[in-house]
Amino acid sequence: MTNLTHLNIAQALEGLKKKEFTSVELTQAHVKATEEFRHLNAYVTETSELALKQAAESDARRAKGQVGLLEGIPLAIKDLYCTKGVRTTASSRILDNFVPPYESTVSGNLFRDGAVMLGKTSLDEFAMGSSNTTSAYGNVISPWKRNNGDNADLVPGGSSGGSSAIVAARAAMGATGTDTGGSIRQPASFTGIAGIKPTYGRCSRWGIIAFASSLDQAGPFARTVEDCALMLRSMAGYDPKDSTCADRPVPDYTAALTGNVKGLRVGIPKEYNVEGLSPEIAKLWDQGKDWLKSGGAEIVDISLPHSKYALPVYYIIAPAECSSNLARYDGIRYGVRAEGESLNDVYMNTRAQGFGDEVKRRIMIGTYVLSAGYYDAYYTKAQKIRRLIAEDFARAFEKCDVILSPTAPSAAFAIGENQDDPIKMYLNDVFTIPASLAGLPGMSVPAGLDSQGLPLGLQIIGKAWDEETVLRTGHFVETAANFTAMPQMLMKKAA
Amino acid sequence: MDKATVKKVATLARLAITEAEQEKFATQLGGILKWVEMMGEVNTDNVEPLANVVNIDLKLRPDIVNDGDIRDAVLANAPEALEGFFVVPKVVE
Repeated sequence: MTNLTHLNIAQALEGLKKKEFTSVELTQAHVKATEEFRHLNAYVTETSELALKQAAESDARRAKGQVGLLEGIPLAIKDLYCTKGVRTTASSRILDNFVPPYESTVSGNLFRDGAVMLGKTSLDEFAMGSSNTTSAYGNVISPWKRNNGDNADLVPGGSSGGSSAIVAARAAMGATGTDTGGSIRQPASFTGIAGIKPTYGRCSRWGIIAFASSLDQAGPFARTVEDCALMLRSMAGYDPKDSTCADRPVPDYTAALTGNVKGLRVGIPKEYNVEGLSPEIAKLWDQGKDWLKSGGAEIVDISLPHSKYALPVYYIIAPAECSSNLARYDGIRYGVRAEGESLNDVYMNTRAQGFGDEVKRRIMIGTYVLSAGYYDAYYTKAQKIRRLIAEDFARAFEKCDVILSPTAPSAAFAIGENQDDPIKMYLNDVFTIPASLAGLPGMSVPAGLDSQGLPLGLQIIGKAWDEETVLRTGHFVETAANFTAMPQMLMKKAA
Repeated sequence: MDKATVKKVATLARLAITEAEQEKFATQLGGILKWVEMMGEVNTDNVEPLANVVNIDLKLRPDIVNDGDIRDAVLANAPEALEGFFVVPKVVE
């Protein structure tokens, strides 16, 4: 029998349809893989029993001819999505015992369409980080290793690191992520899989634990662009419970994957050729241009002049919104409470014990920039530059249809590297943050390996609401790159 | 950023903070604030702040109750609840 965990979603849907296997069999194979890869620490909570129950229900539905878009497909859900009756922690001690009495709209959409949940994946605490090393439940390890024999444990990227690691390890067919400044795209790049952050407003944020509300957006991880298209179609859509969620029809994204980029205008932002860009990444970027050119696309030089200010702007706006959003964790209505003599002491102690250092840093930065006397100098100033950044993109998109860039400035680094200085860690998101600030869709596609054998991704940024062109371009790049490398941990298993 | 400022900000944010942490955060937060100073290079005269990137009109809906009668669900995650209420330390002497 085929190795069920090495199928992609589209293939598995076909196999289920042809009755080659059942959802229970498919799910059992993934539950077994979950156990084999437990050392990656990708899950905060495994839900194997629930998964097998959902799979049996899915098989029963299928027998009756009720077949959803993702009927019977086992997926992992980032532990930032509230799941009814299943513990949801945001990888924070402060929510260690939180069991939501409701379901997030996006995870609910996936279940409506027949998906099966394998577990809740770990993340950087409250999605604040780029390495999955700020989780209260320990580091997540990537299934990839450098080929130099150093055997160092590598980060899976962040914040959606549990999701990226488990999909790369072939222990889940796809996973949900959230992307505030790059938290889907950078982990996808680090682990050799695909991931898309849709336009801000495409997916409902209702029931997803908030970090920075004007930036947070849900999106899928999968091993192919087609699978991302399938998942996004299910996840997206209007929700009256999120006032920023757009009432627009959701296209059949798979129909956009035509393989044709003839006449497509691909913008290359000169500002992304940053000082110190690794020659390997520059080479891959050039390779991407060549692939698209050979398919009949036109390469256009563009300028996004305010790019260099995107990181500082983000590190004002995101902490400002986080300090406000995280004010709700006070140990009174839910979460873990620390005792204190007065009510104020309860608040102070609960938050001091419940939050990790990165979260505290961002809450304090946010509190500072929103405080009297600093508001205009920092927060208003950042919001003004945010407009200039959005206008840069609007002008660029008069000349091009999509933008091509590297996803991240490096391949995955070892756990512990980049830890000494917060700013060094923040630089990971230099190519992903500008599109986040402008609310634009962006996707990472695995495009090659570096000299150490680690995956590198290329990023495709599109116009607002034009995920279809992003996916079409991503699909073309994916086909041209023919990325077949597998994480070493899987090779070892097979051998 | 000095330790006193860190302490003040931590108090505003309701975070208990030790002496050692004040020292550490003063250095780190100071570094971040210095780094963001580069925003000053950008001329933002006559630029409107951008708070929301999504250009959609907010929808109106009838002002009717569409939820409720879920007291026990609301209280289910409370660290301490009693007779249908959240319990907090005494706030009035």
